Amino acid sequence: MSIELVSYAAFFLTMALSFAIICLGLNVQWGQTGVFNVGVSGFVAVGAYTSALLTTPPSTAHLGGFALPIAIGWIAAALVSAALSFLIGAITIRLRSDYLAIATFGVAVAVQLCALNLQPLTGGPFGIGFIPRPFGDLAGTPLAFSLLNFGLLVLLVGGLYFIQQRLARSPWGRVLRAIREDETAARALGKNATLFRLQAFAIGGGIMGLAGAVQGHFIGFIAPDNYQPILTFQVWAMLIVGGSGNNRGAILGALVVWGIWAASAALIGAVVPADQEARAATLQIVIIGVALCLILLLRPRGILGELRVVSRHLDPRPRHGAPAATKEISGAERS
Amino acid sequence: MNPQGLMDGLVAGTTIGLGAVGITLTYSILRFSNFAHGELISWGAYFALCVAALLGAAFGFLTTPIGPFSFGWVLPIAAIAAVALNAVLALIVDALLFSRLRARNSTVIIMVMASFGAALTLRNLLEFAFTGKPQYYTSALQIAIRLGGGIRATPDQLLALVVAVAVVGGVHLLLTRTAIGRSMRAVSENPQLADLAGVNVRQVIRIVWVLGAGLAAVAGVMAGLLIQIRPEMGLDLLLPLFAAAILGGIGSVPGAMLAGLIIGISEALAVAAVGAQWRAGVSFVILIAVLLVRPRGLFGRPE
Repeated sequence: MSIELVSYAAFFLTMALSFAIICLGLNVQWGQTGVFNVGVSGFVAVGAYTSALLTTPPSTAHLGGFALPIAIGWIAAALVSAALSFLIGAITIRLRSDYLAIATFGVAVAVQLCALNLQPLTGGPFGIGFIPRPFGDLAGTPLAFSLLNFGLLVLLVGGLYFIQQRLARSPWGRVLRAIREDETAARALGKNATLFRLQAFAIGGGIMGLAGAVQGHFIGFIAPDNYQPILTFQVWAMLIVGGSGNNRGAILGALVVWGIWAASAALIGAVVPADQEARAATLQIVIIGVALCLILLLRPRGILGELRVVSRHLDPRPRHGAPAATKEISGAERS
Repeated sequence: MNPQGLMDGLVAGTTIGLGAVGITLTYSILRFSNFAHGELISWGAYFALCVAALLGAAFGFLTTPIGPFSFGWVLPIAAIAAVALNAVLALIVDALLFSRLRARNSTVIIMVMASFGAALTLRNLLEFAFTGKPQYYTSALQIAIRLGGGIRATPDQLLALVVAVAVVGGVHLLLTRTAIGRSMRAVSENPQLADLAGVNVRQVIRIVWVLGAGLAAVAGVMAGLLIQIRPEMGLDLLLPLFAAAILGGIGSVPGAMLAGLIIGISEALAVAAVGAQWRAGVSFVILIAVLLVRPRGLFGRPE
């Protein structure tokens, strides 16, 4: 019993942490830079398929199966997704902010379409199976297997968190915030706003691709249906609940929303008769949709708001008599 | 390319055009791209389905087909009711969500995000209520008429073309020839200045929602009549709608309609050339091409 429980907890947390990686990627794009990506599922899918093609054993059902090491697949996934983001960004990032949103939405539709129809490359609607799982030779002992996978994800999320914190505090990260808050002022200081945005968009896209690869390898199977718009929506809900602009918030949001999602799915499974389950699952999405709108209305900065001062050169602790420097930025002030 | 494909593309394009006119209006006046517009199309179709079913049950004689068409008087009546109901729905969503975000001067992107949330909520409510099973206004079969030149079309398709042209022409006249149209154009130019000049901005916003939702309902009924009614019908139309609105030039009503027809015909060409499974990719290619070559679209003003 307890071993099953630990295994399940490790599985749940591993999934949640893989979402946390997507959230961290989105946080670079939206939280730090204010670039809007409605096609998260597309960039995640590109990463997942890239890594799957490179690492699976040779197959007749689709191209490749190059049986390369998992690490190479993951790095390639991040690079390919970053390149795609760079391309889309290069076309749209100079235009109105929501043209980029529409273009990324188009990317998600196009990637979904390619995954379904480019059968020789992607395996079509049946997807790709036999994706090697990290520590796969331990599959006989489920506890060790799930704990090691969980540990790997903790390391990955921790490493990304550390890097992103450093980036946010670096001169580069501060320029991004300056552009987000007041583009004219940043340009007046000689910063090339378009280029900085483009870099952030590509880095964020690369992190999403990595997340897609990690998820695919953890589950061992990918199919076009995993990358519906609902995935984009879940990730957005996670980032907004946790607090956009805050890396800790991105991770916390992933845990909380994935927890609510899994719990409500379990509840529906237990309460609703099997033939009505698909129908009840739509209510799950309705509830999350309403919750997202409510958070945007009532608490736009999420559970953990963004810290106003990120530079280590400024003392974030409040001094006597001085107003608190760490005052969180509210949604209204960000507009 | 056979002429029949052109005809089918033209008919599909009318639905896209009607939806795109709604998108372009809401975009130019509310100043954000409304990702929930596709859901207004689906809701319009289902509103009409419910009203038609109720009417048909109460007054059976209304269901006998009118002349050459496949539907009885229930459907035109239901379509008008759907326009009204859809307008009410849009006003409710605006009052609950968008107006509050506007009042707090939220960024464009927060509005887009909120519309994304609203879209998921609305779509899944439909799926909960009606399940994902396709439904139809009528089960009557129609014989296509020969129009010469190897082109055939059903009377329903021809009616859809005529209705779309009439509706878009009406909206164009409303915008260019009436006082309310002038206020709408003023708000789309400069909301603050329009407000100072005594234009009732809130009323203009309400009228834009009513117009956009009404056009969406007409588009939904047409798509439902010519193809089928599904909860995802609006989501599938969303990318073509955005592509058409941008290709036509944001704010241009004739541009949006023309672009809708262009996209419909391009889809038909693509289906003939590379197969039906790639239809959904056409809008993406057109969208990227427009953004690359001429971001302001055919009839848009330079930024």
